Amino acid sequence: MSSATTPMSAPLASIAASIDPRKLAQHRRRKATNALALTLALAAMSFGLFWLIWILVETVRLGIGGLTFTIFSEMTPPPQAETGGLANAIFGSMLMVLLATGVATPIGILAGIYLAEYGVKGWLGASTRFINDILLSAPSIVIGLFVYTLIVARFKSFSGYAGVVALALIVIPVVVRTTENMLRLIPNALREAAYALGTPKWKLILSITLKAARAGVVTGVLLALARIAGETAPLLFTALNNQFWNNDLSQPMASLPVTIFKFAMSPYENWKELAWAGVFLITMGVLALNILARVLFRNKN
Amino acid sequence: MTTSLFRKAALGVALLWTGAAMAQDVTGAGASFPAPLYAKWADAYNKATGLKINYQSVGSSAGLRQIRGKTVDFGASDIPLSDADLAKDNLVQFPTVMGGVVPVINVRGLAPGQLRMNGQLLGDIYLGKITKWNDPAIAALNPGVPLPDAAIAVVRRADGSGTTFIFTNYLSKVNTEWKSKVGEGAAVNWPTGAGGKGNEGVAAFVQRLPNSIGYVEYSYAKANKMSHVLLRNQAGNFVAPDDATFKAAAAGAEWQKTFFQILTEQPGKDSWPITGATFIVMHKSQDKPAQATAALKFFDWAFNSGDAMSTELDYVPMPDAVEALVRRQWAEIKDASGKPVALK
Amino acid sequence: MRPLAAVAATLPAGSYDSDKMNTERTAPRSQPPRSSRTGGRLADLLFAGAARTAAVLTLLILAAIIVSLVIGAWPAIDKYGLSFLWRSEWDPVRDEYGGLVMIYGTLATSFIALVIAVPVSFGIAVFLTELSPGWLRRPLGTAVELLAAVPSIVYGMWGLLVFGPILATYVQQPLQSAFAGVPVLGALVSGAPVGLGILSAGIILAIMVIPFIASVMRDVFEVTPPLLKESSYALGSTTWEVVWKVVLPYTKTGVIGGIMLGLGRALGETMAVTFVIGNMNQLNSISLFEAANSITSALANEFAEAGEGLHQASLIYLGLVLFFITFVVLSLSKLLLARLARHEGVRT
Repeated sequence: MSSATTPMSAPLASIAASIDPRKLAQHRRRKATNALALTLALAAMSFGLFWLIWILVETVRLGIGGLTFTIFSEMTPPPQAETGGLANAIFGSMLMVLLATGVATPIGILAGIYLAEYGVKGWLGASTRFINDILLSAPSIVIGLFVYTLIVARFKSFSGYAGVVALALIVIPVVVRTTENMLRLIPNALREAAYALGTPKWKLILSITLKAARAGVVTGVLLALARIAGETAPLLFTALNNQFWNNDLSQPMASLPVTIFKFAMSPYENWKELAWAGVFLITMGVLALNILARVLFRNKN
Repeated sequence: MTTSLFRKAALGVALLWTGAAMAQDVTGAGASFPAPLYAKWADAYNKATGLKINYQSVGSSAGLRQIRGKTVDFGASDIPLSDADLAKDNLVQFPTVMGGVVPVINVRGLAPGQLRMNGQLLGDIYLGKITKWNDPAIAALNPGVPLPDAAIAVVRRADGSGTTFIFTNYLSKVNTEWKSKVGEGAAVNWPTGAGGKGNEGVAAFVQRLPNSIGYVEYSYAKANKMSHVLLRNQAGNFVAPDDATFKAAAAGAEWQKTFFQILTEQPGKDSWPITGATFIVMHKSQDKPAQATAALKFFDWAFNSGDAMSTELDYVPMPDAVEALVRRQWAEIKDASGKPVALK
Repeated sequence: MRPLAAVAATLPAGSYDSDKMNTERTAPRSQPPRSSRTGGRLADLLFAGAARTAAVLTLLILAAIIVSLVIGAWPAIDKYGLSFLWRSEWDPVRDEYGGLVMIYGTLATSFIALVIAVPVSFGIAVFLTELSPGWLRRPLGTAVELLAAVPSIVYGMWGLLVFGPILATYVQQPLQSAFAGVPVLGALVSGAPVGLGILSAGIILAIMVIPFIASVMRDVFEVTPPLLKESSYALGSTTWEVVWKVVLPYTKTGVIGGIMLGLGRALGETMAVTFVIGNMNQLNSISLFEAANSITSALANEFAEAGEGLHQASLIYLGLVLFFITFVVLSLSKLLLARLARHEGVRT
């Protein structure tokens, strides 16, 4: 397809000799640019991989030492305790993250659908799109404080519900953005073909365009999920944290990131070990979820 | 995709309902300084009685905000409230433990406890007036000690904290220029220095930067085996930070007058100049008397059985006399009908 | 025959107005043909209503956040007005506040982060879509996304304990000796090379932001119709030319969207920045190595201990300023996109 690498036969060679040397020089320049650009792309990939491997190696090295079965079976311990684990934090995190994603994803996808299919022109679409992008870079601590004012101060209690709401507010803009992006890139020919067959609009969106854009939408959800799995600030003033086991969402709830933050910033060895083990868990958990989602939603074509 | 989401949501809801309806836990929030100790106490109390006291460190000011907003059952603060402030919000406060703030250094050739300093010097370093380790002022206090000809790397806290409050309160007392230029508070306008996040951040910076000086809570200095300095106290002696000198500082305070005591630069020949107590703040009139009773029972238990745990974690328990005063103050915490909440 | 005629009626009637055709090409059509769909009409209305509600809900939430921020920041807005943006005093004891230092820190770190992250992400996306062998594509893609899975506090601690010292020895010190004496560049790299400061924070932010931008770029590159690329190859383009001149213009909305996603992360990142930026509330020099402060770092560090009143209000005001910065950047990017779209289809 691109510039040929096979040796030229005699007739072709004679043709080449008669080609304008300026064109030849241009051709060579284009080849060189191509080679350079692709080498740089390779370098960029290695650059990214280099950081990833370095950070992962550090995470694994520090975390795997503390990884025992008790992590999953015991509660967060006091300082300098002999035993202890992260069971309540793991449970709390999983519950809040999954609930937040579960609540925010449908809203985000529907809003993204609106922006891409219904509200392409018009004031609601334009303003939602714009303000959504602003909210994308909202510092998570601001979201946490907003939810604090709205829910915690009103009900006079820290709760897991407030934590879920704060996390959901972080997920929504990401999902909206990626969904809209992906849907807009689906060529109109696909839509027009479906209309030609008499498909109603809602069915078209759900079964055809969304399916075609599935991979990108899932990427968006996964990116958002990865982000909230590691977020500390929005949970500090909403779900607070809990030293003990708690599965009542209306009470303060333990979470991995807040626990990690607290433990890592302390001088106690047992706490620091648990903190790194927690970091390892979050990273591996998100990775596993990533792989799972990719396998489930891969484009079977 | 939506079906698996529904499944996840259903699982979550089901998990909610498996939690047996339990008595409301007691929630407290505030200062980070006593947080490890409260966690240890709560764990032991839970093992002894099955009750859950959930304390989280969010910072002294945040803790005060929470208790004022009644989102927690008790607040904790390293910065005591004045009697006027207490009256304004109808609060009571009482001390639970004490600890010390320690200046730490990382200078090659200087052993822990070798360098002598006084408040004026410390203040000038943090003001940026003294910039080199072999400055004549430092050398005057340390004859014969090999001081390097190197710039002092100043490290302080980036975040607001009760530790900073105690430290700057001390500097304001002993260095007049500090008092007028910077003042005291949980967060101040530092004239110089790099800000580390939390005690851990400061400790990390000091350990990494050569020729640095910083200040951390005693437990951090001990756990990270950092080089401490000797400070001159009000009596003129150079003392090292440890339990005995912290206790000596607390001994002179007049707790019977008011609990509003800041233990910096206290009289006493063995007193450590940068000591501080940490306080619990509760409402005088309780909307949830059951929670208040539970909280007070916990602190009562802690005063009776928690001293060993305090010392293990390098905190200093309050003297028995003070504990008695605290218990008497608990009678002021009443429920809506005027009955004292503490059943003693 | 009727449905087909209806469809034909909605297609643009043989106009060669390039502008109109260009907007039609990339913008999805909003109206399906008006054919008789009795049962489907209700479902259509319900679905459209649900989508519209979601959009309105999103709008309301965001508006509510901004309103609550304004209320919280009102004491500071009242006292300082716009001068807050160029005052650099930050004194909690004396109750004097000004946001210049934090604003500068946020802008500088995000700028450095984007300068590093955008080319690298582009390279990664090109590699993943064009160069990589098929079996390697998925694992490498997941590996890049894994960078996003690492919690931000890890970046902060890793930056402080591992990356900082290495940056000091291998980057900052050589840069300082290289640029010593050079007028502007020398000032940029002055100061104690301890691995703190704006450069350090910017590089760590870049690493955090790369997975976002790269994944989105990769996804939009993959959705490019093969027809476009094959036509270009058939005309004799090199791989690079196809990417630069065909794929990138086709996906530019998505690419800019991905960059906005990454920028959003960079502007709003708290934990990683606060560990390495040094948290200095004064602006003594323009050096990239000096301790500085950013809006999110100041918020995270000081909010818990900020007393009610002016200190807290000033911090919330800073949060509002961050929203405003995002607003400005977004508007600029929309302008950029509009300008690029105008040149679409123009014969070069």
